[in-house]
Amino acid sequence: MKAPMKAKHQRLTLIAIALVALIAAGLLAAWALRNQASYFYLPEQMRADPPAVGQAVRLGGMVERGSLKTLADGVTIAFMVTGKGDARVPVRFAGIVPDLFEEGSGVVAEGSLQRDGSFRADNLLAKHDENYVPRELEGMSEMQAARVAEETTVGLK
Amino acid sequence: MIAELGLAALWLAAALAALQLVCGALATHAGEGHDLALLTRPAAILQGGLAAFSFAMLVWVFAITDLSVKLVAANSHAMKPLVFKLAGAWGNHEGSMLLWVTVMALAGVLIAAVERRLPERTMQATLAAQGFVALGFYAFLLLSSNPFERLPIPAAEGMGLNPLLQDLGLAFHPPTLYFGYVGLSVAFSFAVGALVTRQVTPEFARAMRPWVLGAWVFLTLGITAGSYWAYYELGWGGWWFWDPVENASLMPWLAATALLHSAGVLAARDALRAWTIMLGVVAFSMSMLGTFLVRSGILTSVHAFAVDPERGSFILALLAIYIGGALLLFALRAGTVSEGERFAVASREGALVVNNVMLSAVLAIVLLGTLYPLLTEAFDVRVSVGPPYFNPVGTIFVAPMLLAMAVGPLLRWRQDSLGRVNREVALVAALILAALVLVSIVGEVSLLPLIGLSLAGGLAVASLLPLGGRTLRRVPLATWGMVAAHFGIAMALFGMASDSAFTKERLAALEPGQSAEAGPWRVTLDRVEPVAGPNWTALQASLSASYKGGEPIVLTPQARSFWAPPQQTTESALATRWNGQLYAVIGQEAGRGRWQIRLWWKPFVTWIWLGGMLVALGGVLALIGRVLADLKRRSVTRRARARRDEARALVAEPAE
Repeated sequence: MKAPMKAKHQRLTLIAIALVALIAAGLLAAWALRNQASYFYLPEQMRADPPAVGQAVRLGGMVERGSLKTLADGVTIAFMVTGKGDARVPVRFAGIVPDLFEEGSGVVAEGSLQRDGSFRADNLLAKHDENYVPRELEGMSEMQAARVAEETTVGLK
Repeated sequence: MIAELGLAALWLAAALAALQLVCGALATHAGEGHDLALLTRPAAILQGGLAAFSFAMLVWVFAITDLSVKLVAANSHAMKPLVFKLAGAWGNHEGSMLLWVTVMALAGVLIAAVERRLPERTMQATLAAQGFVALGFYAFLLLSSNPFERLPIPAAEGMGLNPLLQDLGLAFHPPTLYFGYVGLSVAFSFAVGALVTRQVTPEFARAMRPWVLGAWVFLTLGITAGSYWAYYELGWGGWWFWDPVENASLMPWLAATALLHSAGVLAARDALRAWTIMLGVVAFSMSMLGTFLVRSGILTSVHAFAVDPERGSFILALLAIYIGGALLLFALRAGTVSEGERFAVASREGALVVNNVMLSAVLAIVLLGTLYPLLTEAFDVRVSVGPPYFNPVGTIFVAPMLLAMAVGPLLRWRQDSLGRVNREVALVAALILAALVLVSIVGEVSLLPLIGLSLAGGLAVASLLPLGGRTLRRVPLATWGMVAAHFGIAMALFGMASDSAFTKERLAALEPGQSAEAGPWRVTLDRVEPVAGPNWTALQASLSASYKGGEPIVLTPQARSFWAPPQQTTESALATRWNGQLYAVIGQEAGRGRWQIRLWWKPFVTWIWLGGMLVALGGVLALIGRVLADLKRRSVTRRARARRDEARALVAEPAE
């Protein structure tokens, strides 16, 4: 069996182990976080550079006025999410919509792109109450959303 | 008048904190026997009394709904039930900060009055550090968030409290977390004291440990309660969202867990000295950072209701002073703290080092994930970081930690070999593998829950093994605490993994009389009717839910509308069995007389919180065990001294 090391060496070894683990954690986090950046999409990005079909991503934008309808089963809703210009993504969501979800307001849909180009949402994040806005859409009106869309696209490259 | 009394007491308390700082610092500088040293402890005790009085005055103005006080007008309402009026006193920014300093000052009273184990000079330094930390918070309260501020003209009626916060569980949730944060601030003061006088000894670890344990128990309870609150109150069926505010409470917990274990090594074996001090600094930094994130509103979150950039900068400045100062002190002094005892790789210390390193790595991952959106925002890129980041990346470090946790308690201190415990290790490994194979055969389970389920099984058995071959009645209380806490972790892990692996979800549009199935449950909508509460109206669905065709249970989920302030909330209804929970929510009208009903069958989800409570219970047992052992040691020493004095007196007598 190995005899215990000298105290000084032991301390250095411990410091080395801790540093290695922390640096590994940091690098791993940095790598994973870079991938996270592509986890959030705006409609025009989803059109121009779509994620893989079935990959879990978030789609953020504005709910187009006049596009919201409930399908015959009574639980599935369909609406269009718009961004800048004429890029629109049809979204389907089967579920209870957030309390303040409405046409013309911001929404972040969590889900995945389908083969037919529509987006199937598993979860909608809308204004939960007057104090809560999804981080990505904070303080935006429909017009501003388009502008931010542009800025975000640059950053996401 | 009452508000002014409270404010005056607060100013006096701040002055006493300054006195405590100055006396403690001078006494530390001058060494033993300085006259000013006599003032430090009374200053701490009197300060605690004044802070408590001030807080009592705030609760009083809330109880009588004194609308000339700005804070009451902004957060309360005459129509509110009394218990929420009282809870309203700390359910807001100013009140919660006052609660923070009050608890901190009371902790100061306890140290000043009770703690006698450490050298007096270290105590003086510790109390000075404590006064310094308190002073910053007093300044913050008095200069930028005065809770007793009057309105020039009293308001006619209060604004009310956010209805999401009108919940008994939540009334006690923030204070619980604050107790945890404050406990860590005390551990921080001890660490600074020990660093200043270079007395990083097992005695120091023993004096600090109860505070860390207590803080850790409160943080555990706070996180558990907060998670349950989010689960049933937000109506989303999830129990952890990796929300910045949740992370803000998780990070101090991770640091406190590491600190707890390294303080254990220092107390028992006089090793890991500098590391323990470092963790003391880190743990308090994390609670300060948590306060900063929550109180500055820099991260928008479901929970952040008080947002103010000025306050954010204030807390950031405090953060920089305390943490920067402590790290500087650490950098200057750590080299002079001599190395502790040595140990082999295969020893209990070795396993605890693995635990500490892995916990720190997880902490780093959560910290980076929480701050990353802030960082990118500086470059005008908005990103959201969620479960796809935290879950897999965290698991990489949590899994080895859980393995070390299974084996570590079986090892001996200083030097051991895995060969000695090979039977136990083989048993645990076999269990984990068997669970892995069994679960992957039985059902389609994705990778992370699969790992979770199998590790939970192995850990549950492994956590009981330290009791093997011992007379249960003679097992020390602290060991029971460890066993309970480790078993609780296994339970919680099982609940988390089984919730994400086996949850059945069903959304249906039902007419009264129709029914839907979710897992083994059959749920029938009986009717939907309006109901009214003290400050809300609601649509309430009556559901009959029957488990595997058994006797139906009535569930009444509601969609509530509050009128002060106007807001809608979803009140879920739960049916709890030992093996899981049925979670029902009512949604909107779906047309043609139908209503949206959402159902989840969540197998073993309650084990998450039961496990969390067991972990906290483990902490309480360990705390009681340690304190009792300490009291016993004290009384033995006292009796031995008395006997020695007596003997000396007997010897001395004939000489007279």
